[in-house]
Amino acid sequence: MPSVTMTVNGKKATGNVEPRTLLVQFLRENLALTGTHVGCDTSQCGCCVVAVNGDGIKSCTILAVQCDGADIVTIEGVAKGDELHPMQAAFREHHGLQCGFCTPGMVMSALDLVKHNKKPSETEIREWLEGNLCRCTGYHNIVKAIKAGAETMAKG
Amino acid sequence: MYNFAYHKAKSVAEAAAQAGKGDEAKLLAGGMTLLPTLKQRLAKPSDLIDLGGIAELKGIRRDGNALTIGAMTRHIEVAESAEVRKAIPALALLAGMIGDPAVRNRGTIGGSVANNDPAADYPAALVALGATVTTNQRKLAAEQFFTGMFETALAAGEIVTSVSFPIPEKANYQKFRNPASRYAIVGVFVARTKDGVRVAVTGAGPAVFRQKEMEAALAKNFAADAIKDVKQNATGLNADIHASAEYRAHLVGVMARRAVAAAG
Repeated sequence: MPSVTMTVNGKKATGNVEPRTLLVQFLRENLALTGTHVGCDTSQCGCCVVAVNGDGIKSCTILAVQCDGADIVTIEGVAKGDELHPMQAAFREHHGLQCGFCTPGMVMSALDLVKHNKKPSETEIREWLEGNLCRCTGYHNIVKAIKAGAETMAKG
Repeated sequence: MYNFAYHKAKSVAEAAAQAGKGDEAKLLAGGMTLLPTLKQRLAKPSDLIDLGGIAELKGIRRDGNALTIGAMTRHIEVAESAEVRKAIPALALLAGMIGDPAVRNRGTIGGSVANNDPAADYPAALVALGATVTTNQRKLAAEQFFTGMFETALAAGEIVTSVSFPIPEKANYQKFRNPASRYAIVGVFVARTKDGVRVAVTGAGPAVFRQKEMEAALAKNFAADAIKDVKQNATGLNADIHASAEYRAHLVGVMARRAVAAAG
């Protein structure tokens, strides 16, 4: 089996994987990073979004072998120790979740949005969430949370 | 997913050599169609040849009166490129409407055109702008490249390396999206160049096609009103639970008029 090495949340991670192993399987099963969720496995729901070399990617639609040498950030790598990232704090503050299953992907997509657009409008946030499905909230509080999170991040 | 052997090619020549070896070898670009297909076990390639590590396939450059985009350039890069926005804003607009942000962060122009999904966006831009597809073997006009539903003129082991778009005087793309998948139920790309007007339609038929009646009317008068009486024939158009052939035919007119109006 091919060996892969990548940096995950700042730490080097190595493993032997079958070529068909998806990145999300490698993260969850080899590295026990189960914060990245598999909601649909058909590339639609966005629960598995992680940052690969800085880009928000559905980790169920990329092979682990394609990520050899890549820098990966998952939801577990976002907070600073016990201190939530401003985007995570905004989700808590604005009740941006109910069951929480989609939340890791929502936060990772929100961070990808802020990378492209530091001051997103409500419309821009809604458009950016095209690939993230939430079956509980109706999205309103998620959108509010992302707007507030982006504003906090802009203040530094 | 069935298992396969994985190769990360370092050059186009190496990828072509590897693709020629296995009977069932497949090229992997962004993987936004291929990987979901494999996960559903709808394909069983012996080998996957990853083009993701080939630097020569990436990038956007202006060559005189044309814009050349490397095959492995991702949709997000086309959507956000200052060069594309300046030269062909409609192309940046189109790239920004593909799929969702995570798809645009991976999906590539080369993968999209080589797959030739009947509802893909890029084929409409290539045909309307009269683009040229360059492969590791030859150059092909877009209309010769797209041959049918999921079919192209590509031979086994032939790899798309770039697409060149002549810069139009005016252009725009409008699509009526499937609200879930964001694929085009109907998408119309309208372009006016020094050679005339082209109207290319995606999503409506088995593959991208030109609406020549609209082209003739717009050549005389480039205004939305000029095509208000042109009726798209519904015969042979796609029909599914989302839209009947007649509805798609109607949308061709609506999207074309919107595109002409937006092109200004």
